[in-house]
Amino acid sequence: MIEIEHLSKLFDETCVVDDVSMTIPDGALVVIVGTSGSGKTTLLRMINRLVEPSSGRILIDGRDTSTIPAHELRRQIGYAIQGHGLFPHRTVGQNIATVPNLLRWDADRVKARVDELLALFQLDPAEFRDRYPSQLSGGQQQRVGVARALAAAPKLLLMDEPFGALDPIIRARAQEDLRQIQRRLGTTIVLVTHDMNEAIHLGDRIAVMDRAKLLQYDTPQEIVTRPATDFVGELLGTGERPFRLLSLQPVRPFIEPGEATGAAIGEGASLRDALEEALWSGRTAVPVHDIAGKPLGRVTLATAIRQAARPQ
Amino acid sequence: MKMSVLIRLAALALLGVFLARPDWFDWLFAPLTRNGQAAIYTQNSLLNLTLNHLAIVAAATLAGSVVAIGLAILVTRPAGREFLPLSRTLANVGQTFPPVAVLALAVPVLGFGTAPTLLALFLYGLLPIFENALAGLASVSPEVHEAARGTGMTDGQRLLRVELPLALPTILAGIRISAIISMGTATIGSTVAASTLGETIMAGLINTNLAFVAQGALVVGALAIIVNTSLFAIERHFSRYRQDQR
Repeated sequence: MIEIEHLSKLFDETCVVDDVSMTIPDGALVVIVGTSGSGKTTLLRMINRLVEPSSGRILIDGRDTSTIPAHELRRQIGYAIQGHGLFPHRTVGQNIATVPNLLRWDADRVKARVDELLALFQLDPAEFRDRYPSQLSGGQQQRVGVARALAAAPKLLLMDEPFGALDPIIRARAQEDLRQIQRRLGTTIVLVTHDMNEAIHLGDRIAVMDRAKLLQYDTPQEIVTRPATDFVGELLGTGERPFRLLSLQPVRPFIEPGEATGAAIGEGASLRDALEEALWSGRTAVPVHDIAGKPLGRVTLATAIRQAARPQ
Repeated sequence: MKMSVLIRLAALALLGVFLARPDWFDWLFAPLTRNGQAAIYTQNSLLNLTLNHLAIVAAATLAGSVVAIGLAILVTRPAGREFLPLSRTLANVGQTFPPVAVLALAVPVLGFGTAPTLLALFLYGLLPIFENALAGLASVSPEVHEAARGTGMTDGQRLLRVELPLALPTILAGIRISAIISMGTATIGSTVAASTLGETIMAGLINTNLAFVAQGALVVGALAIIVNTSLFAIERHFSRYRQDQR
Protein backbone atom coordinates (compact mmCIF):
# COMPACT_ATOMS: atom_id res chain seq x y z
CA MET A 1 0.00 0.00 0.00
CA ILE A 2 1.20 3.47 -0.85
CA GLU A 3 0.12 6.34 1.35
CA ILE A 4 0.73 9.84 0.06
CA GLU A 5 0.30 12.33 2.88
CA HIS A 6 -0.02 16.09 2.37
CA LEU A 7 2.55 16.07 -0.39
CA SER A 8 3.62 19.43 -1.86
CA LYS A 9 6.32 20.57 -4.25
CA LEU A 10 7.48 24.12 -4.81
CA PHE A 11 9.78 25.08 -7.68
CA ASP A 12 11.07 28.63 -7.01
CA GLU A 13 7.95 29.86 -5.22
CA THR A 14 5.64 28.17 -7.77
CA CYS A 15 3.56 25.40 -6.29
CA VAL A 16 3.41 22.49 -8.75
CA VAL A 17 1.89 19.94 -6.37
CA ASP A 18 -0.30 21.33 -3.61
CA ASP A 19 -1.12 19.27 -0.53
CA VAL A 20 -2.01 15.99 -2.25
CA SER A 21 -3.09 13.03 -0.13
CA MET A 22 -4.16 9.68 -1.53
CA THR A 23 -3.91 5.99 -0.74
CA ILE A 24 -3.12 3.42 -3.40
CA PRO A 25 -4.12 -0.14 -2.46
CA ASP A 26 -1.89 -3.10 -3.37
CA GLY A 27 -2.48 -4.51 -6.83
CA ALA A 28 -4.46 -1.49 -8.04
CA LEU A 29 -3.92 0.30 -11.32
CA VAL A 30 -4.25 3.98 -10.50
CA VAL A 31 -4.24 6.52 -13.33
CA ILE A 32 -3.32 10.13 -12.64
CA VAL A 33 -4.91 12.24 -15.32
CA GLY A 34 -4.63 15.96 -16.00
CA THR A 35 -3.63 18.57 -18.54
CA SER A 36 0.01 19.47 -19.06
CA GLY A 37 1.30 21.56 -16.19
CA SER A 38 -1.21 20.07 -13.77
CA GLY A 39 1.55 18.58 -11.63
CA LYS A 40 0.71 14.96 -12.44
CA THR A 41 4.22 14.02 -13.59
CA THR A 42 5.83 15.77 -10.62
CA LEU A 43 3.52 13.84 -8.29
CA LEU A 44 4.57 10.57 -9.94
CA ARG A 45 8.28 11.46 -9.83
CA MET A 46 8.09 12.20 -6.13
CA ILE A 47 7.07 8.60 -5.48
CA ASN A 48 10.52 7.32 -6.56
CA ARG A 49 12.19 10.56 -5.47
CA LEU A 50 13.35 11.71 -8.89
CA VAL A 51 11.83 14.88 -7.46
CA GLU A 52 12.23 15.49 -3.73
CA PRO A 53 9.01 16.66 -2.03
CA SER A 54 9.03 20.11 -0.42
CA SER A 55 6.75 18.88 2.32
CA GLY A 56 4.63 15.89 3.19
CA ARG A 57 5.66 12.27 2.97
CA ILE A 58 5.11 9.01 1.13
CA LEU A 59 4.85 5.66 2.88
CA ILE A 60 5.30 2.43 0.94
CA ASP A 61 4.09 -0.52 3.02
CA GLY A 62 4.36 1.71 6.06
CA ARG A 63 7.94 2.76 5.37
CA ASP A 64 8.75 6.44 4.84
CA THR A 65 10.53 6.63 1.47
CA SER A 66 12.75 9.49 2.62
CA THR A 67 14.51 7.08 5.00
CA ILE A 68 15.79 4.91 2.11
CA PRO A 69 18.72 6.11 -0.08
CA ALA A 70 17.16 7.35 -3.33
CA HIS A 71 19.03 4.96 -5.66
CA GLU A 72 18.07 1.95 -3.53
CA LEU A 73 14.44 3.06 -3.44
CA ARG A 74 14.41 3.35 -7.24
CA ARG A 75 15.78 -0.16 -7.69
CA GLN A 76 12.68 -1.45 -5.85
CA ILE A 77 10.28 0.56 -8.02
CA GLY A 78 9.79 -0.01 -11.74
CA TYR A 79 9.85 3.11 -13.90
CA ALA A 80 8.75 3.36 -17.53
CA ILE A 81 8.64 6.64 -19.44
CA GLN A 82 7.34 8.04 -22.69
CA GLY A 83 9.76 7.39 -25.55
CA HIS A 84 10.97 4.35 -23.56
CA GLY A 85 14.42 5.82 -22.63
CA LEU A 86 16.24 2.63 -23.61
CA PHE A 87 20.04 2.81 -23.45
CA PRO A 88 21.02 2.94 -27.14
CA HIS A 89 24.47 1.39 -26.61
CA ARG A 90 23.11 -1.66 -24.84
CA THR A 91 21.32 -4.61 -26.37
CA VAL A 92 17.71 -5.43 -25.54
CA GLY A 93 18.89 -8.11 -23.12
CA GLN A 94 21.35 -5.76 -21.39
CA ASN A 95 18.69 -3.07 -21.13
CA ILE A 96 16.25 -5.41 -19.45
CA ALA A 97 19.01 -6.67 -17.15
CA THR A 98 19.82 -3.16 -15.89
CA VAL A 99 18.20 -3.32 -12.46
CA PRO A 100 18.97 -7.02 -11.77
CA ASN A 101 22.62 -6.21 -12.52
CA LEU A 102 22.55 -3.19 -10.21
CA LEU A 103 21.15 -5.54 -7.55
CA ARG A 104 24.02 -7.95 -8.32
CA TRP A 105 21.95 -10.96 -9.28
CA ASP A 106 24.10 -13.81 -10.55
CA ALA A 107 24.45 -14.15 -14.32
CA ASP A 108 22.28 -17.26 -14.76
CA ARG A 109 19.40 -15.74 -12.86
CA VAL A 110 19.63 -12.51 -14.88
CA LYS A 111 19.65 -14.39 -18.17
CA ALA A 112 16.67 -16.53 -17.18
CA ARG A 113 14.75 -13.42 -16.09
CA VAL A 114 15.53 -11.56 -19.35
CA ASP A 115 14.25 -14.48 -21.44
CA GLU A 116 11.18 -14.86 -19.23
CA LEU A 117 10.28 -11.18 -19.68
CA LEU A 118 10.91 -11.18 -23.43
CA ALA A 119 8.57 -14.15 -23.73
CA LEU A 120 5.99 -12.43 -21.53
CA PHE A 121 6.03 -9.44 -23.90
CA GLN A 122 5.80 -11.70 -26.96
CA LEU A 123 9.31 -11.03 -28.19
CA ASP A 124 11.22 -14.17 -29.13
CA PRO A 125 14.28 -14.16 -26.83
CA ALA A 126 16.59 -15.76 -29.40
CA GLU A 127 15.64 -13.15 -31.97
CA PHE A 128 15.53 -10.01 -29.84
CA ARG A 129 17.94 -10.51 -26.94
CA ASP A 130 21.03 -9.30 -28.81
CA ARG A 131 19.47 -6.54 -30.89
CA TYR A 132 20.08 -2.88 -30.24
CA PRO A 133 17.10 -0.60 -29.48
CA SER A 134 17.59 1.21 -32.81
CA GLN A 135 16.78 -2.06 -34.57
CA LEU A 136 13.30 -2.31 -33.02
CA SER A 137 9.95 -0.79 -34.02
CA GLY A 138 8.32 1.80 -31.75
CA GLY A 139 5.93 -0.74 -30.25
CA GLN A 140 8.75 -3.19 -29.57
CA GLN A 141 10.87 -0.48 -27.94
CA GLN A 142 7.95 0.41 -25.69
CA ARG A 143 7.51 -3.21 -24.64
CA VAL A 144 11.21 -3.55 -23.88
CA GLY A 145 10.97 -0.35 -21.80
CA VAL A 146 8.19 -1.86 -19.69
CA ALA A 147 10.02 -5.19 -19.50
CA ARG A 148 13.08 -3.35 -18.15
CA ALA A 149 10.92 -1.63 -15.56
CA LEU A 150 9.54 -5.02 -14.43
CA ALA A 151 12.87 -6.87 -14.51
CA ALA A 152 13.53 -7.06 -10.78
CA ALA A 153 9.86 -7.95 -10.11
CA PRO A 154 9.02 -4.69 -8.33
CA LYS A 155 5.77 -4.55 -6.36
CA LEU A 156 5.22 -1.05 -7.68
CA LEU A 157 5.50 0.21 -11.26
CA LEU A 158 5.42 3.90 -12.18
CA MET A 159 4.60 4.83 -15.77
CA ASP A 160 4.82 8.33 -17.24
CA GLU A 161 2.76 8.57 -20.44
CA PRO A 162 4.06 5.13 -21.44
CA PHE A 163 1.93 4.92 -24.59
CA GLY A 164 2.24 8.55 -25.66
CA ALA A 165 4.62 7.86 -28.56
CA LEU A 166 2.62 4.99 -30.05
CA ASP A 167 0.10 5.12 -32.88
CA PRO A 168 -3.54 4.37 -31.91
CA ILE A 169 -3.63 0.73 -32.99
CA ILE A 170 -0.41 -0.25 -31.26
CA ARG A 171 -1.43 1.82 -28.24
CA ALA A 172 -4.68 -0.11 -27.81
CA ARG A 173 -2.74 -3.37 -27.91
CA ALA A 174 -0.12 -2.12 -25.47
CA GLN A 175 -2.85 -1.04 -23.05
CA GLU A 176 -4.48 -4.46 -23.29
CA ASP A 177 -1.13 -6.19 -22.72
CA LEU A 178 -0.43 -4.01 -19.71
CA ARG A 179 -3.81 -4.86 -18.19
CA GLN A 180 -3.21 -8.59 -18.64
CA ILE A 181 0.33 -8.48 -17.32
CA GLN A 182 -0.79 -6.46 -14.33
CA ARG A 183 -3.52 -8.98 -13.48
CA ARG A 184 -1.06 -11.81 -13.86
CA LEU A 185 1.75 -10.32 -11.78
CA GLY A 186 -0.40 -8.40 -9.28
CA THR A 187 1.88 -5.38 -9.62
CA THR A 188 0.59 -2.08 -8.28
CA ILE A 189 0.74 0.46 -11.11
CA VAL A 190 0.60 4.23 -11.01
CA LEU A 191 0.25 5.60 -14.52
CA VAL A 192 0.23 9.23 -15.66
CA THR A 193 -1.65 10.30 -18.77
CA HIS A 194 -3.42 13.33 -20.25
CA ASP A 195 -5.89 11.06 -22.05
CA MET A 196 -9.16 10.56 -20.17
CA ASN A 197 -10.08 7.66 -22.47
CA GLU A 198 -6.92 5.85 -21.44
CA ALA A 199 -7.64 6.62 -17.78
CA ILE A 200 -11.18 5.22 -17.92
CA HIS A 201 -10.11 2.26 -19.99
CA LEU A 202 -7.22 1.24 -17.73
CA GLY A 203 -7.79 2.60 -14.26
CA ASP A 204 -9.21 0.85 -11.21
CA ARG A 205 -9.12 4.30 -9.73
CA ILE A 206 -8.55 7.67 -11.34
CA ALA A 207 -6.91 10.71 -9.78
CA VAL A 208 -7.77 13.94 -11.60
CA MET A 209 -5.29 16.77 -11.17
CA ASP A 210 -5.52 20.39 -12.21
CA ARG A 211 -3.27 23.30 -11.31
CA ALA A 212 -1.30 21.42 -8.67
CA LYS A 213 -4.37 20.15 -6.84
CA LEU A 214 -5.95 16.71 -6.67
CA LEU A 215 -9.58 17.40 -7.63
CA GLN A 216 -11.02 13.91 -7.39
CA TYR A 217 -9.73 10.44 -6.63
CA ASP A 218 -12.31 7.77 -7.27
CA THR A 219 -13.41 4.80 -9.36
CA PRO A 220 -14.07 5.44 -13.07
CA GLN A 221 -17.82 4.96 -12.48
CA GLU A 222 -17.89 7.65 -9.82
CA ILE A 223 -15.75 10.02 -11.90
CA VAL A 224 -18.07 9.63 -14.89
CA THR A 225 -21.35 9.81 -13.00
CA ARG A 226 -20.41 12.27 -10.28
CA PRO A 227 -17.57 14.52 -11.40
CA ALA A 228 -16.42 16.56 -8.40
CA THR A 229 -15.90 19.82 -10.26
CA ASP A 230 -16.76 21.39 -13.60
CA PHE A 231 -13.19 20.82 -14.70
CA VAL A 232 -13.47 17.06 -14.21
CA GLY A 233 -16.68 17.16 -16.25
CA GLU A 234 -14.89 19.09 -18.98
CA LEU A 235 -12.08 16.55 -19.10
CA LEU A 236 -14.66 13.81 -19.58
CA GLY A 237 -16.26 15.64 -22.50
CA THR A 238 -19.96 16.24 -21.73
CA GLY A 239 -21.18 14.82 -25.03
CA GLU A 240 -19.51 11.49 -24.38
CA ARG A 241 -20.55 10.83 -20.81
CA PRO A 242 -23.32 8.29 -21.50
CA PHE A 243 -21.02 6.33 -23.77
CA ARG A 244 -18.19 6.35 -21.25
CA LEU A 245 -20.61 5.08 -18.63
CA LEU A 246 -21.71 2.26 -20.93
CA SER A 247 -18.12 1.34 -21.73
CA LEU A 248 -17.56 0.72 -18.00
CA GLN A 249 -20.39 -1.83 -17.81
CA PRO A 250 -19.87 -5.37 -19.06
CA VAL A 251 -22.84 -6.95 -20.87
CA ARG A 252 -22.85 -10.08 -18.74
CA PRO A 253 -25.29 -8.98 -15.97
CA PHE A 254 -27.69 -7.63 -18.61
CA ILE A 255 -28.05 -10.76 -20.71
CA GLU A 256 -31.67 -11.84 -20.91
CA PRO A 257 -33.07 -15.08 -22.33
CA GLY A 258 -34.36 -14.86 -25.84
CA GLU A 259 -33.41 -14.86 -29.46
CA ALA A 260 -31.95 -12.13 -31.58
CA THR A 261 -30.87 -12.15 -35.19
CA GLY A 262 -27.68 -10.97 -36.83
CA ALA A 263 -24.05 -10.81 -35.76
CA ALA A 264 -23.32 -11.64 -32.10
CA ILE A 265 -21.05 -9.93 -29.55
CA GLY A 266 -18.76 -11.72 -27.10
CA GLU A 267 -19.61 -12.13 -23.43
CA GLY A 268 -16.57 -9.98 -22.53
CA ALA A 269 -17.97 -7.00 -24.45
CA SER A 270 -19.27 -3.83 -22.78
CA LEU A 271 -22.73 -2.33 -23.07
CA ARG A 272 -21.18 0.30 -25.31
CA ASP A 273 -20.17 -2.41 -27.77
CA ALA A 274 -23.73 -3.79 -27.64
CA LEU A 275 -25.21 -0.32 -28.23
CA GLU A 276 -22.91 0.34 -31.16
CA GLU A 277 -23.67 -3.00 -32.73
CA ALA A 278 -27.43 -2.54 -32.32
CA LEU A 279 -27.46 1.04 -33.64
CA TRP A 280 -25.18 0.33 -36.56
CA SER A 281 -27.15 -2.67 -37.80
CA GLY A 282 -30.58 -1.19 -36.96
CA ARG A 283 -31.56 -3.96 -34.55
CA THR A 284 -33.38 -3.70 -31.23
CA ALA A 285 -31.42 -6.57 -29.68
CA VAL A 286 -28.13 -8.36 -30.31
CA PRO A 287 -27.27 -11.98 -29.41
CA VAL A 288 -24.42 -12.65 -26.96
CA HIS A 289 -22.14 -15.65 -27.41
CA ASP A 290 -19.53 -17.07 -25.09
CA ILE A 291 -15.93 -17.62 -26.20
CA ALA A 292 -16.79 -20.98 -27.74
CA GLY A 293 -19.58 -19.37 -29.81
CA LYS A 294 -22.45 -20.86 -27.78
CA PRO A 295 -25.48 -18.49 -27.54
CA LEU A 296 -26.05 -17.12 -24.02
CA GLY A 297 -29.06 -14.92 -24.75
CA ARG A 298 -29.45 -11.34 -25.91
CA VAL A 299 -28.98 -7.76 -24.86
CA THR A 300 -31.65 -5.28 -25.90
CA LEU A 301 -31.20 -1.77 -27.13
CA ALA A 302 -33.63 -0.63 -24.42
CA THR A 303 -31.37 -2.07 -21.69
CA ALA A 304 -28.34 -0.30 -23.09
CA ILE A 305 -30.19 3.02 -23.30
CA ARG A 306 -31.51 2.61 -19.75
CA GLN A 307 -27.99 1.94 -18.42
CA ALA A 308 -26.62 4.98 -20.24
CA ALA A 309 -28.64 7.33 -18.06
CA ARG A 310 -27.01 9.06 -15.14
CA PRO A 311 -27.63 7.00 -11.97
CA GLN A 312 -29.68 8.86 -9.40
CA MET B 1 35.94 -3.41 -44.63
CA LYS B 2 38.31 -6.30 -45.29
CA MET B 3 39.90 -4.41 -48.17
CA SER B 4 40.69 -1.36 -46.04
CA VAL B 5 42.30 -3.60 -43.42
CA LEU B 6 44.52 -5.12 -46.12
CA ILE B 7 45.56 -1.69 -47.42
CA ARG B 8 46.35 -0.57 -43.88
CA LEU B 9 48.47 -3.67 -43.22
CA ALA B 10 50.28 -3.23 -46.54
CA ALA B 11 51.11 0.41 -45.74
CA LEU B 12 52.32 -0.59 -42.29
CA ALA B 13 54.50 -3.38 -43.74
CA LEU B 14 56.02 -1.04 -46.34
CA LEU B 15 56.80 1.55 -43.66
CA GLY B 16 58.33 -1.16 -41.46
CA VAL B 17 60.60 -2.39 -44.21
CA PHE B 18 61.68 1.17 -45.04
CA LEU B 19 62.50 1.97 -41.41
CA ALA B 20 64.36 -1.30 -40.88
CA ARG B 21 66.38 -1.19 -44.09
CA PRO B 22 66.30 2.37 -45.51
CA ASP B 23 69.35 1.60 -47.67
CA TRP B 24 67.17 -0.71 -49.82
CA PHE B 25 65.34 2.40 -50.96
CA ASP B 26 68.46 4.35 -51.96
CA TRP B 27 67.48 4.17 -55.65
CA LEU B 28 64.12 5.79 -54.89
CA PHE B 29 65.53 8.92 -53.24
CA ALA B 30 68.77 9.25 -55.25
CA PRO B 31 67.08 11.24 -58.08
CA LEU B 32 66.24 13.96 -55.53
CA THR B 33 69.88 14.57 -54.59
CA ARG B 34 72.43 16.78 -56.26
CA ASN B 35 76.22 16.58 -56.56
CA GLY B 36 76.52 13.14 -55.07
CA GLN B 37 74.78 13.94 -51.74
CA ALA B 38 73.74 10.98 -49.58
CA ALA B 39 70.23 9.81 -50.51
CA ILE B 40 69.36 8.33 -47.09
CA TYR B 41 69.68 10.16 -43.76
CA THR B 42 72.15 8.28 -41.57
CA GLN B 43 73.09 10.73 -38.75
CA ASN B 44 70.48 8.97 -36.61
CA SER B 45 68.62 5.79 -37.46
CA LEU B 46 65.26 6.56 -39.02
CA LEU B 47 63.73 3.81 -36.88
CA ASN B 48 64.84 5.49 -33.65
CA LEU B 49 63.64 8.88 -34.81
CA THR B 50 60.27 7.38 -35.71
CA LEU B 51 59.91 5.61 -32.37
CA ASN B 52 60.83 8.80 -30.49
CA HIS B 53 58.43 10.78 -32.62
CA LEU B 54 55.62 8.33 -31.87
CA ALA B 55 56.47 8.23 -28.16
CA ILE B 56 56.33 12.04 -27.85
CA VAL B 57 53.01 12.23 -29.72
CA ALA B 58 51.58 9.35 -27.67
CA ALA B 59 52.67 10.88 -24.36
CA ALA B 60 51.32 14.33 -25.25
CA THR B 61 48.03 12.91 -26.54
CA LEU B 62 47.61 10.65 -23.52
CA ALA B 63 48.25 13.50 -21.07
CA GLY B 64 45.98 15.79 -23.09
CA SER B 65 43.22 13.14 -23.09
CA VAL B 66 43.38 12.60 -19.34
CA VAL B 67 43.25 16.33 -18.60
CA ALA B 68 40.67 17.26 -21.28
CA ILE B 69 38.28 14.35 -20.56
CA GLY B 70 38.65 14.86 -16.82
CA LEU B 71 37.84 18.53 -17.25
CA ALA B 72 34.86 17.77 -19.50
CA ILE B 73 33.46 15.32 -16.94
CA LEU B 74 33.99 17.84 -14.15
CA VAL B 75 32.20 20.71 -15.86
CA THR B 76 29.23 18.55 -16.86
CA ARG B 77 28.55 17.54 -13.23
CA PRO B 78 26.08 19.74 -11.34
CA ALA B 79 28.84 20.79 -8.92
CA GLY B 80 31.29 21.82 -11.65
CA ARG B 81 28.93 23.48 -14.10
CA GLU B 82 30.05 26.99 -13.18
CA PHE B 83 33.59 26.16 -14.34
CA LEU B 84 32.45 25.47 -17.90
CA PRO B 85 33.16 28.97 -19.33
CA LEU B 86 36.57 29.06 -17.61
CA SER B 87 37.57 25.64 -18.95
CA ARG B 88 36.44 26.61 -22.45
CA THR B 89 38.61 29.73 -22.28
CA LEU B 90 41.64 27.78 -21.09
CA ALA B 91 41.32 25.15 -23.80
CA ASN B 92 40.88 27.87 -26.41
CA VAL B 93 43.97 29.72 -25.21
CA GLY B 94 45.92 26.47 -25.54
CA GLN B 95 44.82 26.25 -29.16
CA THR B 96 45.51 29.93 -29.89
CA PHE B 97 49.20 29.80 -28.95
CA PRO B 98 51.14 28.58 -31.97
CA PRO B 99 53.30 25.62 -30.93
CA VAL B 100 56.38 27.48 -32.18
CA ALA B 101 55.68 30.29 -29.73
CA VAL B 102 55.19 27.79 -26.90
CA LEU B 103 58.53 26.20 -27.80
CA ALA B 104 60.28 29.58 -27.78
CA LEU B 105 58.75 30.54 -24.46
CA ALA B 106 59.27 27.12 -22.86
CA VAL B 107 62.95 26.64 -23.72
CA PRO B 108 64.27 29.20 -21.19
CA VAL B 109 62.30 27.45 -18.45
CA LEU B 110 62.45 23.79 -19.46
CA GLY B 111 65.72 23.79 -21.45
CA PHE B 112 66.27 22.26 -24.87
CA GLY B 113 65.04 18.78 -25.80
CA THR B 114 61.86 16.80 -25.40
CA ALA B 115 60.23 18.69 -22.51
CA PRO B 116 59.22 21.92 -24.33
CA THR B 117 57.98 19.87 -27.30
CA LEU B 118 55.78 17.75 -25.02
CA LEU B 119 54.37 20.89 -23.44
CA ALA B 120 53.59 22.50 -26.80
CA LEU B 121 51.87 19.39 -28.15
CA PHE B 122 49.96 18.88 -24.91
CA LEU B 123 48.57 22.42 -24.90
CA TYR B 124 47.82 22.41 -28.60
CA GLY B 125 46.00 19.09 -28.43
CA LEU B 126 43.71 19.86 -25.48
CA LEU B 127 40.98 21.76 -27.30
CA PRO B 128 39.75 19.14 -29.80
CA ILE B 129 39.58 16.47 -27.10
CA PHE B 130 37.87 18.78 -24.61
CA GLU B 131 35.29 20.08 -27.07
CA ASN B 132 34.51 16.59 -28.38
CA ALA B 133 34.19 15.18 -24.88
CA LEU B 134 31.76 17.99 -24.01
CA ALA B 135 29.77 17.39 -27.17
CA GLY B 136 29.70 13.64 -26.52
CA LEU B 137 28.51 14.01 -22.94
CA ALA B 138 25.93 16.62 -23.98
CA SER B 139 24.55 14.32 -26.69
CA VAL B 140 23.09 11.88 -24.13
CA SER B 141 19.34 12.45 -24.43
CA PRO B 142 17.22 13.64 -21.47
CA GLU B 143 15.14 10.42 -21.68
CA VAL B 144 18.26 8.30 -21.28
CA HIS B 145 19.40 10.39 -18.29
CA GLU B 146 15.95 10.07 -16.78
CA ALA B 147 15.88 6.31 -17.36
CA ALA B 148 19.34 5.90 -15.84
CA ARG B 149 18.26 7.75 -12.71
CA GLY B 150 14.91 5.95 -12.64
CA THR B 151 16.53 2.49 -12.69
CA GLY B 152 18.46 3.41 -9.55
CA MET B 153 21.97 4.05 -10.86
CA THR B 154 24.17 6.15 -8.61
CA ASP B 155 25.90 9.22 -10.08
CA GLY B 156 29.10 7.23 -10.65
CA GLN B 157 27.26 4.33 -12.27
CA ARG B 158 25.46 6.72 -14.59
CA LEU B 159 28.75 8.26 -15.69
CA LEU B 160 30.56 4.95 -16.22
CA ARG B 161 27.73 2.80 -17.58
CA VAL B 162 25.72 5.29 -19.61
CA GLU B 163 27.29 8.70 -20.23
CA LEU B 164 30.89 7.74 -21.04
CA PRO B 165 30.02 4.72 -23.23
CA LEU B 166 27.59 6.88 -25.21
CA ALA B 167 30.11 9.73 -25.50
CA LEU B 168 33.00 7.37 -26.33
CA PRO B 169 32.83 7.49 -30.15
CA THR B 170 32.81 11.30 -30.08
CA ILE B 171 35.62 11.41 -27.50
CA LEU B 172 37.71 9.01 -29.61
CA ALA B 173 37.18 11.26 -32.64
CA GLY B 174 38.62 14.15 -30.61
CA ILE B 175 41.62 12.08 -29.58
CA ARG B 176 42.16 11.06 -33.19
CA ILE B 177 42.09 14.65 -34.44
CA SER B 178 44.44 15.73 -31.65
CA ALA B 179 46.88 12.87 -32.37
CA ILE B 180 46.96 13.65 -36.09
CA ILE B 181 47.61 17.34 -35.48
CA SER B 182 50.38 16.44 -33.02
CA MET B 183 51.90 13.98 -35.48
CA GLY B 184 52.67 16.82 -37.88
CA THR B 185 53.38 19.44 -35.26
CA ALA B 186 55.95 17.26 -33.48
CA THR B 187 58.37 17.76 -36.39
CA ILE B 188 59.03 21.34 -35.28
CA GLY B 189 60.21 19.96 -31.93
CA SER B 190 63.51 19.28 -33.66
CA THR B 191 64.15 23.05 -33.73
CA VAL B 192 64.70 22.80 -29.97
CA ALA B 193 66.69 19.54 -30.23
CA ALA B 194 63.88 17.08 -29.53
CA SER B 195 64.55 13.80 -31.29
CA THR B 196 61.74 13.60 -33.86
CA LEU B 197 61.41 13.02 -37.58
CA GLY B 198 61.70 16.80 -37.96
CA GLU B 199 65.44 16.25 -37.63
CA THR B 200 65.57 14.63 -41.07
CA ILE B 201 63.51 17.38 -42.63
CA MET B 202 65.63 20.13 -41.08
CA ALA B 203 68.87 18.46 -42.13
CA GLY B 204 67.47 18.33 -45.66
CA LEU B 205 66.47 21.99 -45.59
CA ILE B 206 69.84 23.14 -44.24
CA ASN B 207 71.84 21.09 -46.77
CA THR B 208 69.32 21.63 -49.59
CA ASN B 209 68.96 17.86 -49.78
CA LEU B 210 65.44 17.17 -51.03
CA ALA B 211 65.84 13.44 -50.42
CA PHE B 212 66.11 13.99 -46.64
CA VAL B 213 63.09 16.32 -46.63
CA ALA B 214 61.05 13.79 -48.61
CA GLN B 215 62.02 10.91 -46.31
CA GLY B 216 61.00 12.72 -43.14
CA ALA B 217 57.79 14.06 -44.63
CA LEU B 218 56.78 10.71 -46.14
CA VAL B 219 57.32 8.83 -42.90
CA VAL B 220 55.35 11.43 -40.92
CA GLY B 221 52.58 11.32 -43.52
CA ALA B 222 52.44 7.53 -43.51
CA LEU B 223 52.31 7.46 -39.70
CA ALA B 224 49.48 10.00 -39.69
CA ILE B 225 47.44 7.96 -42.16
CA ILE B 226 48.01 4.68 -40.30
CA VAL B 227 47.15 6.20 -36.91
CA ASN B 228 44.10 7.97 -38.37
CA THR B 229 42.63 4.88 -39.98
CA SER B 230 43.36 2.68 -36.96
CA LEU B 231 41.73 5.05 -34.49
CA PHE B 232 38.84 5.49 -36.90
CA ALA B 233 38.32 1.72 -36.91
CA ILE B 234 38.20 1.74 -33.11
CA GLU B 235 35.62 4.54 -33.20
CA ARG B 236 33.48 2.53 -35.59
CA HIS B 237 33.68 -0.46 -33.29
CA PHE B 238 32.35 1.53 -30.33
CA SER B 239 29.53 3.12 -32.30
CA ARG B 240 28.32 -0.07 -33.95
CA TYR B 241 25.03 0.21 -32.06
CA ARG B 242 24.20 3.20 -34.27
CA GLN B 243 24.40 1.12 -37.41
CA ASP B 244 21.57 -0.43 -39.38
CA GLN B 245 18.89 1.71 -37.84
CA ARG B 246 15.40 1.29 -39.15
